[in-house]
Amino acid sequence: MLRLPPFHFHQPSTIEEALDVIAGGDPSIRLVAGGTDLWPNMKRRHQKAETVVSLMKIDELRKISEINGAGPDTGAGTGLSIGATTLLDDVVRSSEVQERFPALARATASISSPPLRNMATLGGNLCLDTRCTYYNQTEEWRRSIDYCLKEAGTVCWVAPGSSICWAHSASDSAPMLTALEARVVLRSQTGSREIPLTQLYANDGIHYLQIHPGEILTEIKIPAASGTGARGSRGARGARNGRGGIGSRGGIGGRDNCRTAFWKLRRRGSIDFAVLSVAVALWLADDGVVEKANVVLGSVASRPLEVPAAGEALTGHELDLDVIRVAALAARKAATPMDNTDFKTQWRGLMVERYTEAALCEAASIPHDRPPPPHA
Amino acid sequence: MASETARTQPKPTSRPDSRPTSERPAPVTPEPRYIGKSFRRVDGRAKVTGATLFADDLAFPRMCFMKLVRSTVPHGLIRNIDFSKAREVEGYLGSITGADTPVPFGILPVSQDEHALCPDKVRMVGDPVAAVAAVTEDAAVEAALAVEVEYQELATIASLEEALATPEPRIHDYPKEGGNVHKAVSMEFGQVEDALAGADLVLEDVFFYEGSTHLPMEQHAAVAVPEDIDRLTLYSSTQTPHYVHRALAKVLELPPSRIRVVACSNGGGFGGKSDPFNHEIAAAKMALLLGRPVKISLTREEVFYCHRGRHPVLMSMKTGFSKDGHILGQHLKTALDGGAYGSYGVASTYYTGALQTVTYKLPAYRFDGVRVFTNKAPCGPKRGHGTPQPRFGWEVQLDKAAEKLSMDPAKLRLQNLEEPGRTTANWLQIGTMGLRRCIEAVVEGSDWSTRYGNLPAGRGLGLACGSYLCGAGLPIYWNHMPQSGVQLLLDRSGSVAVYCGEAEIGQGSDSVLAAITAEVLGIELADIRLCVGDTGFTPVDLGSYSSRVTLMAGNAALEAAQRARALLAEAVCDLLEIAADHLVFADNRVFDSSDPENGMSFQEACVAAEAKFGTLSTVGSYIPPRSPGKYRGAGVGPSPTYSYTAAVIEIEVDSETGLYRPVHVWIAHDIGRSLNPVMVLGQVEGSVYMGLGEAMMEEQAYRRLPAKYSSSLVHKHPSMLEYKSPTFLDMPPVTSYLIEDPDPEGPYGAKEVGQGPLLPVMPALANAIFDAVGVRIDQVPIQPHMILRALAAKARGKAARFGPSSFPEIDFGEILHVPTPEQGGDGRSIDDYRHKLRSGMRSASGTMTTREEALEKHGKLTTD
Ligand SMILES: Cc1cc2nc3c(=O)[nH]c(=O)nc-3n(C[C@H](O)[C@H](O)[C@H](O)COP(=O)(O)OP(=O)(O)OC[C@H]3O[C@@H](n4cnc5c(N)ncnc54)[C@H](O)[C@@H]3O)c2cc1C
Ligand code: SF4
Repeated sequence: MLRLPPFHFHQPSTIEEALDVIAGGDPSIRLVAGGTDLWPNMKRRHQKAETVVSLMKIDELRKISEINGAGPDTGAGTGLSIGATTLLDDVVRSSEVQERFPALARATASISSPPLRNMATLGGNLCLDTRCTYYNQTEEWRRSIDYCLKEAGTVCWVAPGSSICWAHSASDSAPMLTALEARVVLRSQTGSREIPLTQLYANDGIHYLQIHPGEILTEIKIPAASGTGARGSRGARGARNGRGGIGSRGGIGGRDNCRTAFWKLRRRGSIDFAVLSVAVALWLADDGVVEKANVVLGSVASRPLEVPAAGEALTGHELDLDVIRVAALAARKAATPMDNTDFKTQWRGLMVERYTEAALCEAASIPHDRPPPPHA
Repeated sequence: MASETARTQPKPTSRPDSRPTSERPAPVTPEPRYIGKSFRRVDGRAKVTGATLFADDLAFPRMCFMKLVRSTVPHGLIRNIDFSKAREVEGYLGSITGADTPVPFGILPVSQDEHALCPDKVRMVGDPVAAVAAVTEDAAVEAALAVEVEYQELATIASLEEALATPEPRIHDYPKEGGNVHKAVSMEFGQVEDALAGADLVLEDVFFYEGSTHLPMEQHAAVAVPEDIDRLTLYSSTQTPHYVHRALAKVLELPPSRIRVVACSNGGGFGGKSDPFNHEIAAAKMALLLGRPVKISLTREEVFYCHRGRHPVLMSMKTGFSKDGHILGQHLKTALDGGAYGSYGVASTYYTGALQTVTYKLPAYRFDGVRVFTNKAPCGPKRGHGTPQPRFGWEVQLDKAAEKLSMDPAKLRLQNLEEPGRTTANWLQIGTMGLRRCIEAVVEGSDWSTRYGNLPAGRGLGLACGSYLCGAGLPIYWNHMPQSGVQLLLDRSGSVAVYCGEAEIGQGSDSVLAAITAEVLGIELADIRLCVGDTGFTPVDLGSYSSRVTLMAGNAALEAAQRARALLAEAVCDLLEIAADHLVFADNRVFDSSDPENGMSFQEACVAAEAKFGTLSTVGSYIPPRSPGKYRGAGVGPSPTYSYTAAVIEIEVDSETGLYRPVHVWIAHDIGRSLNPVMVLGQVEGSVYMGLGEAMMEEQAYRRLPAKYSSSLVHKHPSMLEYKSPTFLDMPPVTSYLIEDPDPEGPYGAKEVGQGPLLPVMPALANAIFDAVGVRIDQVPIQPHMILRALAAKARGKAARFGPSSFPEIDFGEILHVPTPEQGGDGRSIDDYRHKLRSGMRSASGTMTTREEALEKHGKLTTD
């Protein structure tokens, strides 16, 4: 078994205490929530810490509650607030999430495996380290390639001429929450700030998070306008069992004007990280014309990749296969799948198009040819 | 995975929902109590409650922990090893290097090319260069990471093609073949060129089969416990304690009598724990030097470096058919990427040719094989050992032939079936042969006749068959001793102890031994105690490999139990005046079949026998029958009998993405007789699972970094997350049929099931893809992009296929010509002795050469 190196461990019971420990911004101090990302990384020693501060004893961070007016731009109505250390399994099982944000339930249910979802948190999933097959390896293995840019080395083995790291953002909830225009609250000793989730990320495999030293992500807010409002809508079904392998389909938006879908491509029906996830949210006017469309891709860039061109292709149109195809092609052009995960890179590029098409068709309730997902 | 009830006959064998009842009426002619019944495994309860002790669970007073320092370069000379920082780690106890273990070892006598710790040269990333011990595992890890090693790097070889093209530097100096070729063989049975010239249809295909690893749940672990000076016990997760025993004696330079090897319960092996391993020997050496128990538990990454998995094989297969679909002759060429060491590789090379003849009549057959060294983890035996690769090619090619000849693939196979009792062109002796019934079962179960070729686009059915050994006919080192031995100890308590060197690796061998003994003696499993896999206390059994244990240890147990029964019978007959042939052992009693009241308890019978004969013990042993083949290389392939399997897979393929999924598997296995149907089904379903993994996703893949920046050559993904193996969400429902036709060679007629059912799975999947979307994928694993590429080629009017384009020019050495039985041959090659002198192979590699050397030592001049 791989062994954890020794470190000091703190388990504060209030946010203030936790903020005190990390206040100086000392890089040898790390936060941990469920630890499903940090512990394996520390065992493999590509993430190091002398002190680890657990957030799991801070009760106020683990809750799901309704809020009014989730943000300045998103208007009135009842949005949802999810505390950062809420377990993924609690998100999946939450009736509010299932009924109003079914595609989020589906995206969350597709993460790793049931035992891991009982440990892992939503905040941890948003802060998940970027991944690469040259990086997520043991210390001994990385010694045999002389490390790489993201760690102690000088070359990026995925793109040897490159001066930046192309490790990919592997979170499944991040693209979905980005499509839903979620916001996050970051707290530090000096105060708290609320930013759109998309501003949490930078397209850089090394400095992928825009969190300031000394900050803790405390809360995720989803605006009311992104909810389907449709009680018991179809998309919630099956979300709970956490299946969904190659081609797992996301929840379908309900009767209300926001329609969503989440498709995830991976090798197996469980455990695997996505090699591609497609999150879509469409807002329709009463006449069926698209008012706004968010298409966000996971695992094909160092951040959840918004594809504005895809949204523009859809906006102002009624949904049909032709406009959807134009949007899907735009998504393919925007994606930069690299040879740092499973499957052939070129084929993954093609799959961006096919999967975006399928996700949009599903959100638009247009029948399509993609075979039903193997395990959904 | 679900076992489904089929709509058709024969009835699929399903798992019973309740275990057998324990109330039994006193029989007059006893029904079998266990044999053929789905009795509970003897180790089942301990396994599910966690009571079983695996090697990593063991602890001893003063036990310390060891880690290996492994090479970070793929090929190089060790220039310096600096322990100074390691010594500073708190808890550090000591270290050893290659200088402490200079004697080489290896599983085959002809490939003694491994060292416990590399003395001077490393051949792959992961090769062990030093070992450090410390009082805790954490300290051992830190100390190992602190050791600094300097290497002088050598050019590396990453693939088969590179190995063939790069004679220097040599990875190993010893093979006579020269360059980086480990072994080359060439043999012809009958006149293949004539057969192909007379054929109406000749198919020539190139196939590639990627390497894969075993992925047992349990990572290898070992504990070495020193006893006194120069004496020790090694506990290990091994499939072959006997061979580990021999290797330890050799490297430690101790008499074997001072060494005891205990095979702990294995959490899966599949062939990955059947070599002696460097970590086992290094732990033993460390324990002797430190004078305290030493434990080593490998990480998953290290297990990937132990490997010994499926060889990547490139194959060229040229076969001639008559227009009415008879197979006339075949020329098969195989090229194996062996990795950095010999392991079982010489045998693996022969196995890529040997079993090509046992399913269908093949009147003329030529086989050329070569194995090369590369700077990657060594390949060896994985479930099916060397035979799944050519079986994949063969069954796909038969599917192509059926298409070309406009014949039904099932009919083509049925009309070419090999016959029971025949000797094949390459001199293998067929026993019972249930393949016809296997094919009929899956054809009926899948409704093949109406559905094959007629399913909607994107849906397809594929059929394939396979066959496997029921134990290798020859041991790994030539000797005249039994391959398996069992000793029984009975006493006045009525308890029976069974001693046998076999290793339980999860396949159920303990249960088979216990059931056979209990059946013969008419007692219950609970009255039997097993002592197995312990070279200090049990008679030798060669180990859990080549599907040999049920047949060989089973026969040995049968003999020992029958002898024990005879002793008890004599004592009981004397006392009760019963005619010997009237005596029945059943229901924990020994009694008169015509007067069941006249009898005594089994325990009383033991008392009577112990009083009459003294201490009670019997032995049984098993030596396989001699094989008729006498040519060089004839040692690989013979078996007491062969098992047969047929499978149909139904598949769904998305032609726009190439994504596919198997929706159902029908599989029929010729088991001879199932001693325990649930255990047999477990092996069948497990084989389907493992086969689908190889067919769909598993890859022991390596990667080079851009040469401009780095000389690295590393395993692409030595972890269970990134090395893709199916989860049970990826497993389709399986309908299994057990075909029973008791084989006279097997105990109660039983044949093997551990490996055979894997064989048809990969080609059946490829054939199903063809039926679904009309393209051929001539390699595994079959990835979605390959289907798209083949479909694109088809759309452009090119060959509707994805696969390797050509087979390289290879010098396979001089051909050995062996007349077939039909040609009136005698099992020898033409001019065998002169051939060897001429080719300089008189005493070179090959198990048969070793055999000859041994025979010469015994004063015999010829090989018969
Ligand atoms: C086998 C396996 C499969 C997986 N499959 C998937 C998958 O399919 N999809 C997917 O998205 N993920 C997957 N994961 C990754 C991981 O399990 C999830 O992303 C999980 O949600 C991480 O949450 P956690 O609470 O365990 O994070 P932790 O490991 O505790 O933390 C992750 C990182 O976030 C930081 N962090 C955590 N909480 C906060 C906070 N509140 N404020 C600031 N920083 C914080 C930590 O310092 C750490 O750097 C997988 C992991 C494994 C081991
Ligand atoms: S993308 Fe390049 S720099 Fe980043 S982790 Fe991978 S190899 Fe390293």
